[in-house]
Amino acid sequence: MKFTLSWLQDYLATKASLEDILATMLKAGLEVEEVEDPGAKLAEFTVAHVKTAEPHPDADRLRVCTVDTKDGEKQIVCGAPNARAGMTAIYAPLGTYIPGLDFALDKKPRKIRGIESQGMLCSTKEIEAGEDHDGIADLDGDWKVGTPAAEALGLTDPVIDFEVTPNRPDWLGVQGIARDLAAAGTGRFLENPIRKVEGSYPCPVQIKLEAPEACPVFAGALVRGVKNGPSPDWLKQRLKAVGITPKSLLVDITNYISFDRARPLHVYDAKKLKGAVTARLGKPGESFDALDGKTYEVNEDMCVIADDSGVIGLGGVMGGESTAVTDETTDVFIESAWFDPMRTARTGRTTGIVSDARYRFERGVDPAGCVDGLNFALALIKEYGGGELSSANVAGTAPVEGKRVSFDRHDIPRLTGLDIKPGEIKKMLKELGFGIEDAGEAWYLTVPTWRFDIEQSADLVEEVARLVGYDNLPTTSLPLPPEGRKVVVTPAQARMRTARRVMAARGFLEAVTWSFMPKAQAELFGGGGEALTIANPVASELNQMRPSILPNLAVASQRGFDRGEREMRLFEAGPVYIGDGPKDQRNVVAAIVRPVAERHWSGKIAPYDAIAAKADLFALLAELDQPPERFQVEAPRQPHWHPGQAACLKLGPKVTVAHFGALHPRALKALDVDGPVYGFELNLNALPMMKARATKTKPVFERSDLTPIRRDFAFVVDEGVPAADIVRHAKSAEKKLITGVQVFDVYQGTGIEPGQKSVAIEVTIQPAGETLKDKDIDAIADKIVASVSKGTGGVLRG
Amino acid sequence: MSEIETIEKEALGAVAAAEDLAALDAVRVAELGKKGRISGLMKTLGGMSPEERQEMGPKLNGLRNRVQEAVEARKAELEEAELEKRLETERIDMTLPPRAVPEGRLHPVMQVFEEVAAIFGDMGFTVAEGPDIEDDWHNFTALNFPEGHPARETHDTFFFNSQQGAAPKVLRTHTSPVQVRVMEAQKPPIRILVPGRVYRNDWDATHTPMFHQVEGLVIEKNIHMGHLKGCLIDFVREFFEVPTVEARFRPHFFPFTEPSAEMDVKYTKRGESIEIGAGDSWMEILGSGMVHPNVLRNCTIDPDEYQGFAFGMGIDRLAMLKYGMPDLRPYFEADAGWTRHYGFRPWLSPSVAGGLS
Repeated sequence: MKFTLSWLQDYLATKASLEDILATMLKAGLEVEEVEDPGAKLAEFTVAHVKTAEPHPDADRLRVCTVDTKDGEKQIVCGAPNARAGMTAIYAPLGTYIPGLDFALDKKPRKIRGIESQGMLCSTKEIEAGEDHDGIADLDGDWKVGTPAAEALGLTDPVIDFEVTPNRPDWLGVQGIARDLAAAGTGRFLENPIRKVEGSYPCPVQIKLEAPEACPVFAGALVRGVKNGPSPDWLKQRLKAVGITPKSLLVDITNYISFDRARPLHVYDAKKLKGAVTARLGKPGESFDALDGKTYEVNEDMCVIADDSGVIGLGGVMGGESTAVTDETTDVFIESAWFDPMRTARTGRTTGIVSDARYRFERGVDPAGCVDGLNFALALIKEYGGGELSSANVAGTAPVEGKRVSFDRHDIPRLTGLDIKPGEIKKMLKELGFGIEDAGEAWYLTVPTWRFDIEQSADLVEEVARLVGYDNLPTTSLPLPPEGRKVVVTPAQARMRTARRVMAARGFLEAVTWSFMPKAQAELFGGGGEALTIANPVASELNQMRPSILPNLAVASQRGFDRGEREMRLFEAGPVYIGDGPKDQRNVVAAIVRPVAERHWSGKIAPYDAIAAKADLFALLAELDQPPERFQVEAPRQPHWHPGQAACLKLGPKVTVAHFGALHPRALKALDVDGPVYGFELNLNALPMMKARATKTKPVFERSDLTPIRRDFAFVVDEGVPAADIVRHAKSAEKKLITGVQVFDVYQGTGIEPGQKSVAIEVTIQPAGETLKDKDIDAIADKIVASVSKGTGGVLRG
Repeated sequence: MSEIETIEKEALGAVAAAEDLAALDAVRVAELGKKGRISGLMKTLGGMSPEERQEMGPKLNGLRNRVQEAVEARKAELEEAELEKRLETERIDMTLPPRAVPEGRLHPVMQVFEEVAAIFGDMGFTVAEGPDIEDDWHNFTALNFPEGHPARETHDTFFFNSQQGAAPKVLRTHTSPVQVRVMEAQKPPIRILVPGRVYRNDWDATHTPMFHQVEGLVIEKNIHMGHLKGCLIDFVREFFEVPTVEARFRPHFFPFTEPSAEMDVKYTKRGESIEIGAGDSWMEILGSGMVHPNVLRNCTIDPDEYQGFAFGMGIDRLAMLKYGMPDLRPYFEADAGWTRHYGFRPWLSPSVAGGLS
């Protein structure tokens, strides 16, 4: 919302400086966005009179003018087609910087095609005071030579632009702004009540209200014999200053009253109206041609204005082409009505029409201002356009409830910490227009009809607090709660933090990628359900909530590779979605490596592979207090993993906590990613939480005095036997004494039958209590061989 | 020269002349071995008269001891020389590069979440979380958004398809629904901090369809707007790690707070970087306010008994301001170069005790 300082002063008697007014606006919640002093940059430019304008002897398009200027008579060569004797123009002396052209005139006169030019006559565009560049500015009005151009152009007035919050549509009128500034202590509010205008005949246009829920009140009046033409300068200048292009007196007056009093109006060419004007709901099949040149379908939810010809307007949104006023209009019918905000908003959304009227009605227009608005318009039309006024025809009644709210003034210190006297509170609220009934402890306030945001005591606390200024509230550091600080994060949150640090420490870069992805990708990775499809995605490729983070990371790795990265190691700890319920979100840690075999002077380094991914996953699990032996490694259960180089990690028969290994080449191809890509995805929610223990004390450390014994075994087994089975069976041979089993060699080739393999393990035996004799150790070894043979069919390799 | 002196001279000469340990050992055996020359002389002591023995005993013992010592000393010398020689052959070029170890980094947004949590944790807040996919009640209605509020429109909010006539689920547009979830589940006193992903249907140079917020909520019996101001000024000062912060609070409008306030802080622009705390310009940094009584009622908390404040701020922007990232868009591109440049070392864990950054 824009307004000018002088316009504000119509309603605010104040000696405050512009700076003070801006500070008060900010304090009261009118967030100033921009202040423009349009006169400041026009200081060099002044009014001049063109006495003669003769064609240049040597150039068809140039004219040689003699001009009366503040510096005396000057000869100026001018290229504008409209330069003519007798015009009032804008003069720039030699040496002036011309902002719209971004150059300065020479300080000495310059010859143009042989004729000396002693200055410049400017267009409004050249001085950045308008868009007019067809010729030099041709000023209306009787301006004396030397008058500052800013004054002649009506640009002396600072223009203030501020943000109107949706709760305060009354700030869409200058009067409403002034009321708040006065209450906030900057001057005295001048209400300037509207006088009733007497008509000389009853309004001949009938008004019918067939949908009072949509349009409960409609005031109208006719003016006959009006002369519609350009508006007076003051009116045009005010409109231009706030960014409205003047059109004609009748249209300009409606726009002016909108900005002045936040009261939208509409004017009809009365001769084009057919029969009574009716506010009703639309009917199926109806349509109308709006003022924006487009045709709109009407539906039964919309409030339309109609006459015998059909729909001639959408109430509170936009008028119609068929009854629009023109320069030829002589009889004008003025509408000042009130339209339901919710319905107006819906009509606006359905039609997509963005108009000043819609903006105002959907936020709320003071319903008590209908008749005042009409009278204001009649008075202005009469003054500047003449004509004969009818009396006002008011159909329906304005929905003015006279809302009462009880207010506990102790809520002010309770909610804000502010200590303030009752008298001060009353003064401020009265200035805002509230009626106050002081019943001792409780106050009952009558809410002004232009305020739609006051429902309860807290709303009034805000009124007082903002008028006093938030700067004047106490500033108190938050005291600790009586029970003291708590652990800031839950164990699950702490685990997420640890996981991120473990992954970064293992050389992975943390990514944060979209929670949504293309539906086709989601389907490849086990998602894609309808419940998780976004109905209105920001882009079609971001239309499905992700079931996995892996595709995002894989695609990012390819992007990095294409940019020249070598090995990419990425991880993300974040959400995936298995349904749309509040418990259907999982926190996962996903990591991928797109390996590049690095060369090193000491020899070849084995590139990252599926088992390396397992190492990263198990290292992470170990840091999360999840001992590896509690998990089982089984064949992958998700189709996006390599069937032979990936696995899932299970906790018991039902719970899958992770997948790891190589991504399936088919999935990578669909993602347009060059493989291989290795990685894992771990569902943190599936991991058991460590039980909170009663004491933090750890069990006593016991060191065995006896040296552990290590023995190697090699078993020949079928090549399909998992190494883990050999380890498990070896371990179970003597659970108490065997503390470790490590696979250190897997061999196929000479000496081993095809289809078989040799797996070598090192077994650690920790004697307990007494030293083991050779025969004891041999007995254990026999048990190991027997157990592995029985469990896997393996034979001890000779 | 006596025979003993001659032998000593010869033996010591041979020891000194030994070029390696093998040669030295040969000398030792020849002189001091079982059949050695000096050992042979020692054996003659047994056949001597007591007088002769008295004279020759000390002389021969002296001879043997001196030769023995010379052998030991020479042995140490030769061993040292041998070690030097071996080490010389073991020389490697220590300027060669070691094996490369990949360096990981933490994402700045996630790090800033932890910084914020450290500061508010010190003020007694705990971290709460909620789902990204929300229902109409938690995202809008309970937070006092009226029907027809522009935020409920598709140009702001992502919707899922409506199921069985219910209001469609949405991607939460702010972290505020977690306020509602916590207040529905827990009685005051409440002091929570809610970090999380939020979503709005907007994508241009300064907006991304997903971004991050932190929400704060304090509900107790005596918390007023002065506490809101104090708490947030303390936060900004600690977060930007500056001694003082010039801040102002302005009235604003949010459906879920009353009174509502936006917080601005003073800043100075120095070249590309921004210094928060003092300067000549104001920058809006967060929205806040006293929790609206309707919101408390919607969560079955009596607004006459309990009250408090809430605030919300964009974490991506806070991170940009503090660490000087010029552009929001690379945040979500998993760009390795960007992450290495702006990311944090894994063991830099923000805490009040150890420092934030």
